Amino acid sequence: MSLSISTIINGEPRSIAIDDPRVSLLDLLRERLDLTGTKKGCDRGQCGACTVLVDGRRVNACLTLAVSVDGAEVTTIEGLARGDLLHPVQAAFIEHDGFQCGYCTPGQIMSAIGLIQENHAGSDPERIRELMSGNICRCGAYQGITEAVLEAREAMSEKNRSDAA
Amino acid sequence: MSPESISPILQQGRHGSNAGQPLTRRDGVLKVTGRATYAADNHPRGMLYAVTAVSTIARGRVTSLDVAAAKAHPGVVEVITPANRPPLSHNPAEKMPPFGFRVEVLQDDTVRYVNQPIALVVAETLEAATEGAALLNPRYETAPARTGRDNGDRYAPPAIGVGSPPRTAYGDIEAGMASATRVTTAEYSTPAQYHNAMEPHAVVAEWDGDRVTLDMPNQALALSAGAYAKYFGIPPENVLIRSPFLGGGFGSKAILNGPQILGILAARMLQRPVKLALTRAQMYGPVGHRGATWQTLRIGTEDDGRITALHHHSLSATSSFDDFIEPAANSSLPLYASPALLAEHEGLRLDTGTPGPMRAPGEASGSAALEVAIDEAAQACGMDPLAFRLANYAETEPGTNKPFSSKALRECYDQGASRFGWSTRPLEPRQMRDENGLLVGWGMGTAVFHCPHFPAEARATLRADGTALVETGGADMGQGAWTALAQIAAEALGLDPDQVELHSGISNLPDGGIAGGSGHTASAGLALHNAGEDAIAQLSELATSDEASPLYGAGNVGVVARHGRLHRRDDETRSESYADILARARRREIVGTAKANRSPDVAEGHALLSHGAVFAEVKVDPDLGQMRVSRLVGAFAAGRVINPRLVQSQYFGGMIWGISFALQEEAITDRRTGRIMNADLAEYHVPVNADVPSLEAILVPEQDDIVNVLGVKGVGEIGVTGTVGAIANAVWHATGVRVRRFPIKIEDLL
Amino acid sequence: MKRFDYIRAASASEAIAASAHPNSVYLAGGTNMLDLMKIGVARPDRVIDISRIEGLSEITWQDDGGVRIGALVRNADLAYDGRFARTFPSVAEALLSGASAQVRNAASVGGNLMQHTRCAYFHDPASACNRRVAGSGCDAREGENRLHAVLGWSEHCIATHPSDFCVPLVAFDANVEVEGPHGSRDIKLWEFYSLPGSTPDHVTALQPGELIVAVKIPAASAAFAPNARYLKLRERTSFAFAVVSCAAALQIDGGMIQSARIALGGVAARPWRCQGAEAALIGVEPGREAFEKAASLALADAHPSGDNAFKIELARRIMVRALTLAMEGTPETMPALPASPFPSESGARHVA
Repeated sequence: MSLSISTIINGEPRSIAIDDPRVSLLDLLRERLDLTGTKKGCDRGQCGACTVLVDGRRVNACLTLAVSVDGAEVTTIEGLARGDLLHPVQAAFIEHDGFQCGYCTPGQIMSAIGLIQENHAGSDPERIRELMSGNICRCGAYQGITEAVLEAREAMSEKNRSDAA
Repeated sequence: MSPESISPILQQGRHGSNAGQPLTRRDGVLKVTGRATYAADNHPRGMLYAVTAVSTIARGRVTSLDVAAAKAHPGVVEVITPANRPPLSHNPAEKMPPFGFRVEVLQDDTVRYVNQPIALVVAETLEAATEGAALLNPRYETAPARTGRDNGDRYAPPAIGVGSPPRTAYGDIEAGMASATRVTTAEYSTPAQYHNAMEPHAVVAEWDGDRVTLDMPNQALALSAGAYAKYFGIPPENVLIRSPFLGGGFGSKAILNGPQILGILAARMLQRPVKLALTRAQMYGPVGHRGATWQTLRIGTEDDGRITALHHHSLSATSSFDDFIEPAANSSLPLYASPALLAEHEGLRLDTGTPGPMRAPGEASGSAALEVAIDEAAQACGMDPLAFRLANYAETEPGTNKPFSSKALRECYDQGASRFGWSTRPLEPRQMRDENGLLVGWGMGTAVFHCPHFPAEARATLRADGTALVETGGADMGQGAWTALAQIAAEALGLDPDQVELHSGISNLPDGGIAGGSGHTASAGLALHNAGEDAIAQLSELATSDEASPLYGAGNVGVVARHGRLHRRDDETRSESYADILARARRREIVGTAKANRSPDVAEGHALLSHGAVFAEVKVDPDLGQMRVSRLVGAFAAGRVINPRLVQSQYFGGMIWGISFALQEEAITDRRTGRIMNADLAEYHVPVNADVPSLEAILVPEQDDIVNVLGVKGVGEIGVTGTVGAIANAVWHATGVRVRRFPIKIEDLL
Repeated sequence: MKRFDYIRAASASEAIAASAHPNSVYLAGGTNMLDLMKIGVARPDRVIDISRIEGLSEITWQDDGGVRIGALVRNADLAYDGRFARTFPSVAEALLSGASAQVRNAASVGGNLMQHTRCAYFHDPASACNRRVAGSGCDAREGENRLHAVLGWSEHCIATHPSDFCVPLVAFDANVEVEGPHGSRDIKLWEFYSLPGSTPDHVTALQPGELIVAVKIPAASAAFAPNARYLKLRERTSFAFAVVSCAAALQIDGGMIQSARIALGGVAARPWRCQGAEAALIGVEPGREAFEKAASLALADAHPSGDNAFKIELARRIMVRALTLAMEGTPETMPALPASPFPSESGARHVA
């Protein structure tokens, strides 16, 4: 059976034929759309490396069927920077050395963006740590990640304030 | 994302410019934008997907596979089993020194451990290959699995670790025990642990005649290319391994394994590119692990706390068919002064995949036991654990009496203790509570790690425009090699790192050695340093022998290279840019080459070790046994620091591995079947962000003019050592309960 | 993963009709079902995607103050719903102590109720498991069973229910509203889960084709809001299933307990309501002595099913602690580490 889905990926409307309903959103991105920035670490929702935003919410792409994002908007790590302009979360991860091997990093960054938008952590590092705990970093870059999220959140809210003024 | 919330790349420009400076990672932008390509991100045209089917028994043989069912699944192209597996040119039952283990590549129907490959299914899609493998429905003839300490076969291993002697003795251990006022004896156990790098092992293999290109994460490019060449009967230069980024390695990507060889074999057999990536569960078997140990320590002490004898015995588990004996007991050799030392090892054969080096092999498990035993000995003597360690401070290497090339451990103790606030620690356990009534405990451990050197080669090319290309086949698995190596090369070449292009991570470059043993920066870095010096020497020869150069005749006084110019050493106002020197000589480039080896005098005449001291605060719920490491302070001395930002991250990572070892990690094996019942990331626990509330790493200055000309030791693994013991000792200090089995669990404290 | 037909249902009735096909499953958030399909524990022929069904994503407040939560409400949306979190703070706390932010964003309320045990033998198709394959045996019984059941287990199955959410729900007399081929009905959550007995494969009271459409919490349970907690012990600080957990809620008036609600998690095949302990607390002055007595009563029938005797003592202690915390009062804001015995270490910041 072949199904066709319409979706917006990183701002670009796409119509995609899916010949196999078993394809996960993660494998759709990686193996069929050449968006390999999203990583597969466990394929079971246990590590967070595949975190993407679906309609603005952070989810595990490995536990999402590709066919189920029909009509939805998907944002991946490739959809953040504009040319040479990094998203503040990306910049903060570099500055605070919030990664080592880099494999979990796209998921960490997408998760951090989701967290900041959800706005349940404020500037409390303990809440940030708790709400970033769905993203495992085996290299152990957690301290830098927490610092990066704190700084990026600050930078984003300052930006919003100055835009509003 | 709205474009307004974006900051310019250039605004987060890197700090500093040279060795010793905290540059941000050169590959940072690639990694945060998803453009860093890992092996499984490759997708050559016409590529097939391969998925291994793995054994669910630990011992026996496969009696049938439903190949027809797998082949009937739409999209399945081929099923490879021992019946049709094409021949290999190297016998997989033979080890391939120095780091090659026996591998399982469908040579027969024997099953020797759980998750061993028993077939390979190749298909047009990943979904088809995965389901094809599931349809094979293997049947087995099952033999009883040998699991656990009491069911394995014990033996005397001829060697431990990577070729070390199994027994090392200095002095008379029993005389030392007899002369002691008291002898503290205890047994400690550590479980099997799995590396669990975030990136599963993968290969994308593409053949062109008898040449093959392999995209794979690899910690030892030249060594691996040579080994794959032997397996496939082709010259080593016909194997090109591309490994620009590794998603973590921790030792598991330094050695060859069966599944990746099978993926390469499938690509040759089917004459199409093949991608094979292990599932998370499949990483619990064929790609190495940290073997379980059962360690006994006996420590004889005088009344003043001085050690009279230190005896460390390790029973280390390995597989039924190959040997990797965790050299745990050797951790007791280089650290504490004692007139008598004995480190000895016994092997235990179990039906498990062969263990291998995993971040701080030997040291992690050995230091965990040693540092708790030292704490117990201090307790027995009624001494503060730090005072006890200082009373046994080794001014020369215990046993050998060799001088240390450098040793700032005393400074590590001082600075770490001061930062942590150790001096107010009560001696007795269960004395401290926080404002919420939680038990608080403070513990410490000494960190130590050896400084290996791996032979390495490099090339440095000064180009006509005054910039440089430096090349060595190294590996960056997250430690920051791409940045630190460029900093070292830039310094040798008198250039800013931004003027230095680094080529690495591919096997057709000069051999960069192994990214392991915390020795990569020192080894590959030294090769780059030497190559840079060679290029500068050639350049200076050109300049000083050229009458038109302001440096003419400076050959005797010499020149210095700085900011892209050569300056007369005795008169720095006389200088010339590299570009001008090359242009006048009509040279497009100058190529410097070098090898880096350690001189036998250095190795034999000195003890070469990094040191550190780790202080841990643990909070424990007095009723519920729930634990949290609320604070960790580590102070480490590891020679010269090339990049403090990256070095701090290495220490942090190691310390988090210490938390993991002490409180979380354990492969749970069904004792009847040998099956690993938590082969995933939900139940095999490694720390999450919330487990790490506060880390501090102090970079204690240490000058070492002996270890190598760079003065660099190594930082990748030492953070694990010391930390495990510090946490376990803090748990004791909080609760009064001495737990000698890792990981420490809730029920241990009820 | 086995090949399957994918059907997207536009309505509950369409879904129910589609499920007449043998070997069908419903798929909502997918966080448990897709995982089970990947590891070969679930091998359906037909997957009915119910996530687009209209009308199942609302949180509806009844006139009497009770709440009806649509089965497709996402775990995170429920936990962060202001009125819900104020009215049923321990339910919100339980939700936020489960899984990860990503999983909570996808997982549905109905799916949370339907999630399967974490028993490693259930998850391993090569092991014998009566719950997965009726009559195949139970490899957990003599296996690695440190975290298995201590209440309500049988020789045929010693698995535990993994949900955090369902623990306070059971305490609060929640009902499950289901629709099926023969109409709709309400099932008490306490009775929704079967104990294993000799038929561990009968996990829930759902009949073939029946679909959870809502979960309802009665108004009376809202009265516990000032004194309600959920507490959970884990083997790491976050993103881990419970070793044991406890939901405890009290109504205190004039220094005496008027009413109590207690349930344990991680100890049995269903969230374990402790009505005997609740009854023992009525009319009693709240305090350690009363709580210990109640906890002992609650665990009186507990037996280890393997290497897990410690869980009985741990369950006792966590119940005493959860009752103590409930007595002290619901925190004004959600704790930074929901359901953790650890207060926040917010002050700890990195110093290079």
